[in-house]
Amino acid sequence: MSKTPTSGRRTFLKKATLALALSMSMSTGLLINTTVQAAADTDKIGKPEKADLKFGFIKLTDMAPLAIAYEKHFFEDEGLYVTLEAQANWKVLLDGVIDGQLDGAHMLAGQPLAATIGFGTKADIVTPFSMDLNGNGITVSNAVWEAMKKHVEMKDGKPVHPIKADALKPVVEDFKKEGKPFNMGMVFPVSTHNYELRYWLAAGGIHPGFYAPKKDDIKGTIKADAILSVTPPPQMPSTLEAGTINGYCVGEPWNQQAVFKGIGVPVITDYEIWKNNPEKVFGLTKEFTEKNPNTTARIVKALIRAAYWLDENNNANRAEAVKILSKPEYVGADEKVIANSMTGTFEYEKGDKRDIPDFNVFFRHNATYPYYSDAVWYLTQMRRWGQIADKKEDKWYDETAKSVYLPAIYKKAAEALIAEGKMKQEDFPDFGAESGYKPATNEFIDGKTYDGTKPNDYLDEFEIGLKKDDAV
Amino acid sequence: MNTKHIFQTFAAPFLGILLFLAIWQIGAPKIVTSLGAVPGPVQVFDQFEGLVEEHQAARQKEADFYQRQEERNTEALKEDPKADVTIRPYTGKATFFDQIWTSIFTVMTGFVLAGLIAIPLGIVAGLSQTVYSAINPLIQLFKPVSPLAWLPIVTIIVSAVYVSDDPMFAKSFVTSALTVLLCCLWPTIINTTVGVANISKDLQNVSKVLRLSWWTHVRKIVLPSAIPMIFTGLRLSLGIAWMVLIAAEMLAQNPGLGKFVWDEFQNGSSNSLGRIIVAVIVIGLIGFALDRGMLLLQRHFSWDKSAALR
Repeated sequence: MSKTPTSGRRTFLKKATLALALSMSMSTGLLINTTVQAAADTDKIGKPEKADLKFGFIKLTDMAPLAIAYEKHFFEDEGLYVTLEAQANWKVLLDGVIDGQLDGAHMLAGQPLAATIGFGTKADIVTPFSMDLNGNGITVSNAVWEAMKKHVEMKDGKPVHPIKADALKPVVEDFKKEGKPFNMGMVFPVSTHNYELRYWLAAGGIHPGFYAPKKDDIKGTIKADAILSVTPPPQMPSTLEAGTINGYCVGEPWNQQAVFKGIGVPVITDYEIWKNNPEKVFGLTKEFTEKNPNTTARIVKALIRAAYWLDENNNANRAEAVKILSKPEYVGADEKVIANSMTGTFEYEKGDKRDIPDFNVFFRHNATYPYYSDAVWYLTQMRRWGQIADKKEDKWYDETAKSVYLPAIYKKAAEALIAEGKMKQEDFPDFGAESGYKPATNEFIDGKTYDGTKPNDYLDEFEIGLKKDDAV
Repeated sequence: MNTKHIFQTFAAPFLGILLFLAIWQIGAPKIVTSLGAVPGPVQVFDQFEGLVEEHQAARQKEADFYQRQEERNTEALKEDPKADVTIRPYTGKATFFDQIWTSIFTVMTGFVLAGLIAIPLGIVAGLSQTVYSAINPLIQLFKPVSPLAWLPIVTIIVSAVYVSDDPMFAKSFVTSALTVLLCCLWPTIINTTVGVANISKDLQNVSKVLRLSWWTHVRKIVLPSAIPMIFTGLRLSLGIAWMVLIAAEMLAQNPGLGKFVWDEFQNGSSNSLGRIIVAVIVIGLIGFALDRGMLLLQRHFSWDKSAALR
């Protein structure tokens, strides 16, 4: 401990030096601006306008690209000096970005969209970078699993996956008959987890309830068979254990934790609900990207390299990534818990460990490209569950997606990386031909077809959920 | 010093601590949590060593960070001698020991500011019944408010008012310090008021006979006789300040020991519980040290050196 007083004083001195350096760089700001202009003309990304940055994240394995970009010095290669800071919950994180305490953050894909359309908080948040695909699961309590198991198809003594919510339906009905609520947890009203859980339940005929923002009802439980409520990710297992909720949908490592603790059984992963679904994004304010275009492009460059590193050579670097993530300043959970899902496996019922090589995807399948169709899917779900109260035209979905997802910045960053020889053309989608809309897909648990260019047609396919002019 | 006295001053506390450690060491492994058994004192000490190692590793990382910057700058200057190069401050995670200093600095800031407001206000209220009647209801109203209720208000107002492109202090620091200030004002105000109001009639009469000016009256009569009460208030305030700060840091995720505890809670690794216990012990020791420090100051300033101070 005798060393610390000096280091305390040292940091103070450093802060003072920084203040001095900052004020000096302010006075030379004019000079820098002109050089930036010149650089832009030659199609190279100029100097970062803001080099000292602070990014927020939530303790989940899918914050990995940020940790890797820091630890592998990809940020520094771009002349960026980034501080990463864990946040208490998704609300605090979003507020931090909005009021400028954070320059950017690991965000739920629904957060920039909801902020832009003004559900919850109103603010212009955008994303030039999608952080990963998949990575979530739905877990139910042991008691619910025992009751569900009777309705699950078995083969060689093991359940046949994917398990549909049809198996859960009789259990929920029993709860109803006894007059007990069937409670489930998700992490945030506009989280992927909320939509995935609702999707899975509704596909099995269980109504997850509507939101009615116009009537100030933001609980989302109108007409609900299953009552969904917000529980922060790390608290999920203990809330399940306490019996407050009967199941939940959350990211890793909190499903595997339930298996390790023997308190619940993951019944399905989001990979099986929608194969290769988009998950987190990197969000920043629109104002930041406009004021600091070079910085933004350089952030994206560093993140692309990090995501590529995570998937390189068939996940060869994952073991090292697990080691980094298990440090207390990042996710901090034990290495073996993080490794369970990060290295391409997933353990359902205790002992039933199966291979899901794509459980966590960071770069393959163009995971990092910000597709408009991903944004539109989230918007359709917001409409489906009443978070968007009125009918919107297809054009509105397209425009909203384009105001939040910024592939142009991504393209600029990717091309710079190609020019520097750090990446290859074939690592990326063909930017010339890219419309931002993925081809229509029906790889959903309910087999419905999603075409991002026709959101209203997609909504019409569902039996449960708002469509056309429906209102709650 | 007789034997009984020696036993009470030295042996009894030692035995108390020993007994506590023994109960802890034996009892802890019997409580099994989802993160494994509760660590005993031995494991907690291991965690402390782990934190020291982590601190040293972070310092090494910091040195490497600066070295990389130097190398980059040299290269940049080679390419373009007029390049604008600066040395950026280290961006790594604050270690446990960094957090301790952050917390102490924050609490002292909030506490000193509170004292600067509370002592003059208390003196004025003690001297004037009118002022006292005016502020008493407010004191009674605000005194029992939980620090955690102040925090959101302070956070929102600071976010709105404290806007600067190049702020001298981080917003989180300002919020923490202000929350501490708001919570630890009251004991000092109340005790100062009472101390000032209860100055002996004799002294007041002396002051009147000598026709002391208001300022001299305060300096020569009021302050010296109210000092013990003022210090009692300050000690209470500092104790509250320290508790409030840790809670505020936990809730708002502002840098400091509170954040360290919350981060570890969220990590949920098998080391987390041990590390939280280390933090709790350190928090206790610092709180104790702060209180002792105030006591020493009080002894130094107090006239009546014979008064028993605990």
